Amino acid sequence: MSETHEGVHRHPAPTGFIRKYIFSIDHKVIGIQYIILALVAVLVGMVMSLLMRMNLSWPGTSWPILGTLFPTGAPGGQMTPEFYLSLVTMHGTIMVFFVLTTAPQGGFGNYFLPIQIGAEDMAFPVLNMLSFWVTLVGFIVILLAIFVEGNQGLGEWFAGLGPSFAGGSGTVGPIGGWTGYAPLSALGKIAGPGQGAGMNLWVISIAIFCVGSLLGALNFITTLLNMRTKGMSLMRMPLTCWAWFTTAVLALLSFPVLLGGGILLLLDRIANTSFFIPGGLYVTGLLSGTNPNFPLHTGGSPILWQHLFWFFGHPEVYIAILPGMGATSHILATFARKPVFGYRAMVFAIFAIGLLGFFVWGHHMFMSGMSPYSAIAFSVLTLSIGVPSAVKTFNWLGTLWGGRIRFTSAMLFALGFVSLFVAGGITGLILGQSSLDLPMHDTYLVTAHFHLVMGVASIFGMFAALYFWFPKMFGRFMSESLGRIHFWLTFIGVYAIFVPMHIMGIVGMPRRFSSFTEYEYLRTLDPLVMLVTVAAIITIGAQLLFYFNVVWSVFKGKRVENDNPWEATTLEWNTATPPPHDNFAGVLPVVYHGPYEFAVPGAPRDYVMQTDMEAEVPSGNGHNGHKH
Amino acid sequence: MATMVTSTRPSTKKGPGAGPGMPGPNGNGSKRKDAFREPDSRGNRYRIGMWVALASIAMMFTSLSSAYIVRSGTANDWVPLAMPRILLASTALILLSSVTLEFARRKLKSSLHGEYAKYLLLTALLGVGFLISQVIAWRQLAAQGIFVSSHPHSSFFYLLTGAHAVHLLGGLLALMFLLLRSRRKTLEPALAAKRQATADAVTIYWHFMDGLWIYLFLLLFLWR
Amino acid sequence: MGRVLAVIIWILTLLSVLLFFSGWWFPAAISEHAPALDRQFLITIIVVGLSFAAAQIGLGWMVWKYRDTGQAGDRALYSHGSNRLEVLWTVITAIVFITLGVMGQSVWASLRLYDAPAGSYQVSVVAQQFQWNFHYPGKDGKFGRTEPTLIDDSALNFVGLDAADAASADDSVTAALAIPVNRPVELRLRSKDVIHNFWVPQLRFKQDLVPGMEIKVHFTANRVGKYELACAELCGQLHFKMKSYMLVLPEDELQQLQALPQADFQNKMTELLAKYPLPTN
Repeated sequence: MSETHEGVHRHPAPTGFIRKYIFSIDHKVIGIQYIILALVAVLVGMVMSLLMRMNLSWPGTSWPILGTLFPTGAPGGQMTPEFYLSLVTMHGTIMVFFVLTTAPQGGFGNYFLPIQIGAEDMAFPVLNMLSFWVTLVGFIVILLAIFVEGNQGLGEWFAGLGPSFAGGSGTVGPIGGWTGYAPLSALGKIAGPGQGAGMNLWVISIAIFCVGSLLGALNFITTLLNMRTKGMSLMRMPLTCWAWFTTAVLALLSFPVLLGGGILLLLDRIANTSFFIPGGLYVTGLLSGTNPNFPLHTGGSPILWQHLFWFFGHPEVYIAILPGMGATSHILATFARKPVFGYRAMVFAIFAIGLLGFFVWGHHMFMSGMSPYSAIAFSVLTLSIGVPSAVKTFNWLGTLWGGRIRFTSAMLFALGFVSLFVAGGITGLILGQSSLDLPMHDTYLVTAHFHLVMGVASIFGMFAALYFWFPKMFGRFMSESLGRIHFWLTFIGVYAIFVPMHIMGIVGMPRRFSSFTEYEYLRTLDPLVMLVTVAAIITIGAQLLFYFNVVWSVFKGKRVENDNPWEATTLEWNTATPPPHDNFAGVLPVVYHGPYEFAVPGAPRDYVMQTDMEAEVPSGNGHNGHKH
Repeated sequence: MATMVTSTRPSTKKGPGAGPGMPGPNGNGSKRKDAFREPDSRGNRYRIGMWVALASIAMMFTSLSSAYIVRSGTANDWVPLAMPRILLASTALILLSSVTLEFARRKLKSSLHGEYAKYLLLTALLGVGFLISQVIAWRQLAAQGIFVSSHPHSSFFYLLTGAHAVHLLGGLLALMFLLLRSRRKTLEPALAAKRQATADAVTIYWHFMDGLWIYLFLLLFLWR
Repeated sequence: MGRVLAVIIWILTLLSVLLFFSGWWFPAAISEHAPALDRQFLITIIVVGLSFAAAQIGLGWMVWKYRDTGQAGDRALYSHGSNRLEVLWTVITAIVFITLGVMGQSVWASLRLYDAPAGSYQVSVVAQQFQWNFHYPGKDGKFGRTEPTLIDDSALNFVGLDAADAASADDSVTAALAIPVNRPVELRLRSKDVIHNFWVPQLRFKQDLVPGMEIKVHFTANRVGKYELACAELCGQLHFKMKSYMLVLPEDELQQLQALPQADFQNKMTELLAKYPLPTN
């Protein structure tokens, strides 16, 4: 930070490669860095899901390459149960934190929020840079967690840090699911494989990630409140900005709770405290306090961890999907050539979802032994969160109604988002009911529900965003034909993967089982298990097309002819391509209109940009009975 | 200089929603008359940013104190910790430091840069005093054989005081930063405004840490 | 493109819905609360299915009908929405969703808000990593004293039963659960190490076993037979193998079993486990 004149650019465009592309304080470069991080992380997470499907469909098969890569986790190439469970844990953690939280918010939000509100950068550029680098450190730590227990040299080095860092007995990473329920996650290596150094690193990685996210959230909120350009009133902001803002508020208030819980968990693991570990435990032949490997613990509360975790964990679901909702609203309006239907209702719905999101965490804990009375309150609140979600869906359909839809790849993915959001979200009506959780808790119905809604739908939102904004970011289009093939394969593929999982859940297939061969009643599901695996392999294969498309298009894609190729209305289409270092080349735009003025009667073109000083835009709702 | 392009047209155009301050429901812009207001001042972002950051710090301590309340309410292994007397000194020091920092901030507002620096230094010294007194408290407990893992109350004591101390250390660094800055005596209004804004932000933070300490102190020794 | 997308969306919707009629469903229920629960599930899934289908059909219709035909000068409808519609669909969904939510509480309330009826058959369940232990009070109906310090897995004292306590003389501990048919059962759930979850799909019943807590739950099974019992909360390496059986026995058979001393109890249990087959659906 340097003290300079008010109004003068605080940071002139850097010239050196390192300041420009590596330790950059330009929000656009940081946004791209986040997107690259997410693209790497999602590849890792996807390969893990592929391995899990292989293990479930062909149990006991030997995969020689795995034996070479993970000699302890897959001796002779045959996956062990603990290897499978560590894949479950790492897949969940990497996807939720390093993909679904980074790309939508840190990536696209970072790049486009300042431009869309007409600011020259984020409020605190240095903090912005820090938030990325802190997040990256978190990612490196979680990758270390995969290998630390299976790698001799690495394992020994970490063992030097203290007894709780000593490895478990031959696995590849922490075991606890992304929720890391205590006391399994708190007991240390006596609780079995995957509870040694890898679990410490898992907790540390999440704590680091919390810090990075908090820095980011702080920046987003301040930027949006402080730096909107002249005329950019709150109700003239694109819905993307509302979504990013609400997401930042959720992150700001929920991540500290996870950070607090993470610190307590780490203390239980390395300092022998008893926050989550109750007394009188008898683990693998040892009674607490009778052996140096298992020090005395008394009186901790395992459910306390679940409360702290889910108080964060439920808002986290909305942190993942709200930006996708924003991007979808934005893209639907642009390619339907029509104003967003019910802009205000959309803003209220985003707020309602964000607010209610803080009061429903208990629906993850119906079976946990918490008070059955509070379960009733949580259950009814949970079903009511479906209302703003339904309102959003109705408004998306309303936006399409009467439109002139242009089917670009971005639009296809945005439409796919709507379809998948409905498909995944609607089963929340089942899982939100405490009674129905009696059979459904921790089955594949849960897996299907959250993968469709917070996983795949969010990712579709990000695909749509990337196809949409790529021309602005790189000055070249992504290949539309590859984009379409990518869409068809992925759209059909995810339905084929996740719809059968609902059936598995109804039959009663439990999550997080490394094999289903032990149970007779699950035998009938074998064909579905195979169907899901085949669909997963095809869908994952289709993503290679996407990766190819991204890399190829950066260098060889069709060049963008003008600054507004999609004939859109918001500020990012009103500046150079790619935008200059300070976004608007020293002249901040002034805003005269709402963000989605398409098909304005009497206007020369079918869209009116926010900055269009000359255009006359009638007010009101064509269908509210107002006459103007 | 990032200048604003301002409209040469009158700000009351015909056609509602088309221009500044015109009503337009459902995303046609704001109904507020001041929709065309000037952007917020640059200095304000430090104050906004600080309040936002404090919201998040408050959430973390809320989560830790809810853990404290749950744990102390359900446990049958609770051994109350005798309050180390030195904590009263800590409390006095940090209260005093808030007062001196408030003086500093007001001196800056009246452009008394020398006085400002003096009070800043005094605040920083009081802050260091607070931390030293906290360390003495920890050492006294350790000397009695009470460590982090001894019992739940001691775990929470070390955790909460430690987390607070880390945050206060951050505040001390910010004071150092202000001190370094105060050596440059420029009078340009833009710079003065920014200096005032950063000083305001640090003051807000410091007062918050003061209040947080009082809260933690009461929680640790009065709740249970 | 619009028509292709519409048709694909409709086909996917149709296939998804058809899959729910393919015959894969809950295993046949064996508990008193299950019919009400299954009915609530059915009502919910009908609402879910109808909403799903309606939204997808609507989405398909929009992309079919409102695709850009490329006519010059042809513009979309200029509309910012309708407050009347917003209010309408907010109110309707709120009524439907919240009604569902309230309806869904009755089974929950009957199982969880009330204590087990007097005279319930009692079993204490002690879970540990990858193994279930069921502790029966024996003829006297009283559980012997248990103590964590007395637990010794190598001596097969899995629950820490105090042999010095008079009440424990007739107690039995086995790896399988036997309960009477048509009589309320109260389970006292405990765990020795990490969180486990007691789950019998046919019972439509699930509950975590949390270390440091004793959680009492109750239900009534109403069909004789042998059922698989699984752990449904990730508990470590061999979670997928943490399996046992639940036997629902006629009252007289259970009484006979109950009267046996520990060693005979276990033999009889093995015999019964072999006698009853698993359900076929």
